[in-house]
Amino acid sequence: MVAGLTLSERRLALVILTLLGLTGLAMAAGGRGDLMGVHGFIVLLFSLGVAWAVMAGFYAPEPGEERLSRYYDDPTRFGIVLTMAWAVFGMFFGVWVAALLAWPELTFVDQAWASFGRLRPVHTTGIIFGFGGNALIATSLHVLQRTTRARLPDQLSPWFVIIGYNLFCVLAVSGYFMGITQSKEYAEPEWYADIWLVVVWVVYFLIYIRTLQRRQEPHIYVANWYYMAFILVVAVLHIVNNLALPISFAAARSYPLYSGVQDAMVQWWYGHNAVAFFLTAGFLGMMYYYMPKRAERPIFSYRLSIISFWGITFFYMWAGSHHLHYTALPQWVQTLGMTFSIMLLVPSWSSAGNALATLNGAWHKVRDDATLRFMMVAAVFYGISTFEGSFMAIRAVNSLSHYTDWTVGHVHAGALGWVAMITFGSIYALVPWMWKQKTMYSPRLVEAHFWLALTGTVIYVFAMWNSGIIQGLMWRTYTDSGTLAYSFIDSLVAMHPYYIARTVGGLFFLAGAVVGAYNVAMTIRLSRQEGVRRDSAADVPVPHEPAVAAQPGE
Amino acid sequence: MALEKHDPVTGQTTTGHEWNGIEELDTPIPRVALFFLVTTALFALGYWILMPAWPLGVTYTRGLLGFDQREVVTRQVETAAAERAGWADRVMALDYAGVQADPELMRIVGETGHALFGDNCAVCHGTDGRGSRGFPDLTAGAWLWGGEPETIHETIRVGINSGHDETRMSQMMAFGRDGVLEREQVRAVAAYVRSLSQPEALAGDARIEEGRQIFAENCASCHGEDATGMVETGAPNLTDDVWIYGGDAQSVYASIHGGRQGHMPHWEGRLKPLDLKILALYVHGLGGGR
Repeated sequence: MVAGLTLSERRLALVILTLLGLTGLAMAAGGRGDLMGVHGFIVLLFSLGVAWAVMAGFYAPEPGEERLSRYYDDPTRFGIVLTMAWAVFGMFFGVWVAALLAWPELTFVDQAWASFGRLRPVHTTGIIFGFGGNALIATSLHVLQRTTRARLPDQLSPWFVIIGYNLFCVLAVSGYFMGITQSKEYAEPEWYADIWLVVVWVVYFLIYIRTLQRRQEPHIYVANWYYMAFILVVAVLHIVNNLALPISFAAARSYPLYSGVQDAMVQWWYGHNAVAFFLTAGFLGMMYYYMPKRAERPIFSYRLSIISFWGITFFYMWAGSHHLHYTALPQWVQTLGMTFSIMLLVPSWSSAGNALATLNGAWHKVRDDATLRFMMVAAVFYGISTFEGSFMAIRAVNSLSHYTDWTVGHVHAGALGWVAMITFGSIYALVPWMWKQKTMYSPRLVEAHFWLALTGTVIYVFAMWNSGIIQGLMWRTYTDSGTLAYSFIDSLVAMHPYYIARTVGGLFFLAGAVVGAYNVAMTIRLSRQEGVRRDSAADVPVPHEPAVAAQPGE
Repeated sequence: MALEKHDPVTGQTTTGHEWNGIEELDTPIPRVALFFLVTTALFALGYWILMPAWPLGVTYTRGLLGFDQREVVTRQVETAAAERAGWADRVMALDYAGVQADPELMRIVGETGHALFGDNCAVCHGTDGRGSRGFPDLTAGAWLWGGEPETIHETIRVGINSGHDETRMSQMMAFGRDGVLEREQVRAVAAYVRSLSQPEALAGDARIEEGRQIFAENCASCHGEDATGMVETGAPNLTDDVWIYGGDAQSVYASIHGGRQGHMPHWEGRLKPLDLKILALYVHGLGGGR
């Protein structure tokens, strides 16, 4: 991998790593006696580890000018491997916390790090940022080059993004185990990790802009609209929601600038738009490239793409307050959140419908090809969960669903059914292209993964729908004397069978991810055994007539 | 480059753009999408007109319906309180015997007490009130501070070793750890205490006699000469086979060696007087009440 960098890039990499290592050293020294000191050592070790890899390849022959005649895919390959690793990691913790809710004694060790409150953000961060984020970065760099016919602007910055981003994930997850959190859902990492993510994200944005500027296509493809929206808006959300005052530059503790209901509103403006722009827009970008590629069909309607893109980007921005119905938030803000959520339904369904209609003329492929079926099912679940989201945003519905497992079921219909399915489908399409194979190591294992994932999702979502609605009804049931009929513990007892079912569903999904990771690993191994083949004509960044496609489908 | 093509499957033409093999059809937006886009927008507009919706500097549009969620909640709480007032006032006005004599009130106490107990007491005493190690079984009829509704009410109100000014206070000394008794003496008194409730298991144990002596000198002041406990000091009856911390040799030894001091929070100020009264009746009715 270092062999792909020019000598000056290798030097610059070492300079950056030295600065990062010194920062780690300063954190370790200044933060001794505080948990930040531990993070300082982690940053230091991380920099040393990466520097060691750079040094090991430092004297490898420099790549010649001919590198510019090929797309730069090393970071994408690296990102795919990380995606699968984070998938297994995050889903393992998901199954663990699911089991903890059914059998609270399953902490195994009587230690703080193994408590539900710390494991739960490990699961959410591992999935959203570890699995989802790496998948988005890896695929976006691939799609960006193919749809602009321009190579990435340099070799170093994509590595900076993907390695720096994973340092953020490591700081986040290791922090939760130790008890570092700023207690904002999906924004738990403390201030220094947040600042680091901003640096990484700006570089990521610049890669996109610099490549788009040099594009050899007159038009910017839809996938790039979505990837751009994802990068830009996530930057805005992350910065605004994480504005906080550290108690000291040597302490892993800060206080948000907002307080009370303003803090809650900013948090859920962030939280819901993280769903919108991280877990929706980015993955729609993925779908817009890999689905038509795999189906070998044109996008159903360019006009529908326009409606859905602008509808999604505009309406989502207002929807966050539906997380705070019937709270201290003024009612007019709740009204806006609810009405914009309802208007959001049409653009969302336009995206789902556009995806499914794209498959017209390719349904026989959906039947035969588990990879394409992953993407088809993802579009269906995208439709289901966006309908459910708009429905749950209605105040009256929300009064039943809020604080119940229905919300958890809704989120997982999106996370398992949409985000993970489209990611696995895209990865199964991408891996053979990236490692120059005709197919995955085992198409039958892809088929097995598909059924494991679908079974797991269906069990999970049905369990949580049942559990959530029963829970909501129990909480609002009154006796005829006008007092509550059930205690909270009564509702927990009623949830127990569903919590077991949810754990089983999660286990299916995790098993699928393990099968997928094995399949990806074996495909990579196969490519090593056979040696690197020539790049296909479709991989060349300069414009040329697309007459030859040596790599079918890419 | 831009060259519109005909797509035989859909009958549409492409936009003429192409990205690495991906093309787009120029299909018009389906009417149903436009219809629902307009419908949802009209719904939003109507909702904005009727309900509080848009900020206007220091105020906001109130909406034609004049709906206000604070007023609604206040009204609902008042209505609910009024609905409950019929039986609630009677529960408060009557003494315990009076409430217990009224089957209709006792039915309501049972229903309401279930949720109150589940939300406030069950964490320690269990949903069924049977407790667990260190947390007394409320169904066993063994009461530290008295099992009448009045005394149960007082225990709930002030708690045991709690932060309440009038808290019930009780502590058993650490006879072994503090050097009051030798190890063998602790063993002997443990054998004696266990023989009171489990005579068969300890029949013929030579230490019992010595234990009886030690008990009379050290323990009887709280637990009573006959070891049946004392409600005034919260000292448990040792002659029944109901144990808070376990009745096996090791547990009894541990209690005598290290002492015991349980805690129960006080509920006055956290629960309404009505709820305290309902809970006292409910706990009394769990099976162990006197």
